Amino acid sequence: MMSAPAKIILALGVVLLTVAAPPGTWWYFTILTMVLVLATLAMRVRFMATRWLWFVPLLLLPGGGWLVWKGALCVTTMMLLANTTPFTEILRLTRRAGVPALLVSTVALLYRYLSVLVDETQRMQRARQARTFRPRSRRERWQMLGALAGELFVRSTERAERIYTAMCARGWR
Amino acid sequence: MHIPDGFLDAKTALATGVLAAGGVGLALWQAKRSLQPRQVPLLGVTAAFVFAAQMLNFPVLPVVSGHLLGTVLAAVLLGPAGAVIALTAVLAVQCFLFQDGGVTALGANIFNMAVAGTITGYGVYRLARRWLGLAWSAAIAGWCATVISAILCAAELAWSDMASWRVLLPAMMGIHAVIGLAEGAITALVLVAIARRRPELVEQPTTTPWSALALGLVVAIGLAWFVSPFACQWPDGLEQVALTLGFDHQAVP
Repeated sequence: MMSAPAKIILALGVVLLTVAAPPGTWWYFTILTMVLVLATLAMRVRFMATRWLWFVPLLLLPGGGWLVWKGALCVTTMMLLANTTPFTEILRLTRRAGVPALLVSTVALLYRYLSVLVDETQRMQRARQARTFRPRSRRERWQMLGALAGELFVRSTERAERIYTAMCARGWR
Repeated sequence: MHIPDGFLDAKTALATGVLAAGGVGLALWQAKRSLQPRQVPLLGVTAAFVFAAQMLNFPVLPVVSGHLLGTVLAAVLLGPAGAVIALTAVLAVQCFLFQDGGVTALGANIFNMAVAGTITGYGVYRLARRWLGLAWSAAIAGWCATVISAILCAAELAWSDMASWRVLLPAMMGIHAVIGLAEGAITALVLVAIARRRPELVEQPTTTPWSALALGLVVAIGLAWFVSPFACQWPDGLEQVALTLGFDHQAVP
């Protein structure tokens, strides 16, 4: 098992090399593809394959083949990194690399509260559906969704106030 | 509009990286001076809110649906500096966790959307607010922010010799002029909904204008850097007339 910093540096190095490699260096692309395919086989392949499909329309571009190959290799590398490394480790490394604390703590809070707010959105939508309220026109549907998002923001600010109180209670700053 | 890895060449990636670092650095410096401690968690939670709100699909046509991008929304609710930081966080998480947008293109994506989109949107919003109400100002600002990000994206791709500027610009502008309409409408609806519930969140006192101006300067440098080399390739009005009337060969170079 590799340590998190080593994995992050390796992944970034592979992405940089792949982007910089001139189209036509067959040996590099073939070897990297084989390594990544082997690594991918250990993971959920269908989930990865849906991401590769995004690149298919680009095959129509002139010289699109190499572009798609590069893009897919980079996406796969980053996916392997994201799915094998705790995000908090990546955050700790960025903090150590000198990224300002305010930015890192914003990213950390975003990561922490993302699933909470996604759950809240789904809960609000389910509550509306359970009350069998159905908008009659597209205009009403837009207004309903706008009101939903607005309510979500108000709840988010109230949550942020509670988080601040909790942070202070635990001796932040 | 998230540029993936491999689309930008080294010089474009570096230039956008420098601009993005400058913009975000300026925003962080400004936020450190003016942000109250109790607003620190608000940045992260608003970023999470932008992320969650992007899941709500607004029906545009029977098969097409749009969703919020959130640049102007964040700018109005957090002020320019806070919005730049929150949207940078959103783009960083999209890049590292969801592989939406490449690592080498992260600087470009941050500059196009989090810096240029937010600051342009904020500027247009403040300007429009002098004459118009909340809803219309937000709608116009949302449209402008989306289109300016698309123009920058097209210019960066053209800089990297992905395709000709004459093909890229109309294609990107055309699509995003329509997406911008939806973005403007959604931003306006959400802001009106928030203003109805908690008016003090929307009607914030004006932030120090010069900090927004400094950020605007970064955006202007970026526009001048990337877009102007292409703008002069276009035939200007006289050249076009000369071409159509067929006396262009008489010009003395």
